[in-house]
Amino acid sequence: MIFFATLIVLGVSVALCLVRAIKGPTPFDRILSISSIGTIIAIGISVHGFAFDRPDFVDISLMYILLNFLGTIAILRYYKIKRKKSNVV
Amino acid sequence: MNFLLINFFLISLLLVTTFFIFKTTSLISVVALTGAFTLLCSAIYVNLDAVDVAFTEAAVGSGISTILMVMAAAKLPEGKKNKLINLFPSIILAVAISLILIIIIANLPLLGDPNAPIHLHVVPEYLKESKDFFHIPNVVTNILASYRGFDTLGETIVIFTAGLGVIALLTSNTLNRKTNFKKNKKNER
Repeated sequence: MIFFATLIVLGVSVALCLVRAIKGPTPFDRILSISSIGTIIAIGISVHGFAFDRPDFVDISLMYILLNFLGTIAILRYYKIKRKKSNVV
Repeated sequence: MNFLLINFFLISLLLVTTFFIFKTTSLISVVALTGAFTLLCSAIYVNLDAVDVAFTEAAVGSGISTILMVMAAAKLPEGKKNKLINLFPSIILAVAISLILIIIIANLPLLGDPNAPIHLHVVPEYLKESKDFFHIPNVVTNILASYRGFDTLGETIVIFTAGLGVIALLTSNTLNRKTNFKKNKKNER
């Protein structure tokens, strides 16, 4: 039962992060909220595995976190490239 | 019951995300929201017990395609606003495709139905014989690596070639810079 309670809390926090991703005035708000959505979903997958008695999905959540990190790095590098371009012009 | 509730919640989040992907105008926020979309999609796949599909979705959708989209957005100039008239053909196409998909979904067998055609054709044979044939305990690996070995080899070659092409396109700038550098060195001498 405690796993389902955890799932409900995680769902609410995903919804709140999504609100920030949609409203966020600067792109950095969006990046931060999307990376935290990824983290929450990775936690949610492992909790989901325990809630439905199949706790062998933990490695998938590990891979999620790794890929999430990659995506965040890529978006931040985009801003680096853009800043360089604007300095040249 | 819990399963249905989780599915309903995730799909409603997906709808909200889709609506705002349609609404936002800046390219980079569209890419970021698409990342959230694919993450939610793979959570739905995990909930539907299709763990391998979720794995692929996380690797390709959330990992690689986000990076590729960001690299492409870095090369594009700042976006202009599109007029609604220019969007009409794509809107008509999207509505037609979604209508076709809805009609097809209405005719699909139920989730996990044992009498669905896909469970009756060759699957019982694979489940019965594959372990004695190839001595690999996992049936999915067996089908991919043994029954469809040549198919998988061809797929891998195609994907490898596509990856090489993408890498060549995206790194062309740095290559040019290097050759320019060499030319400059020669001129100095």
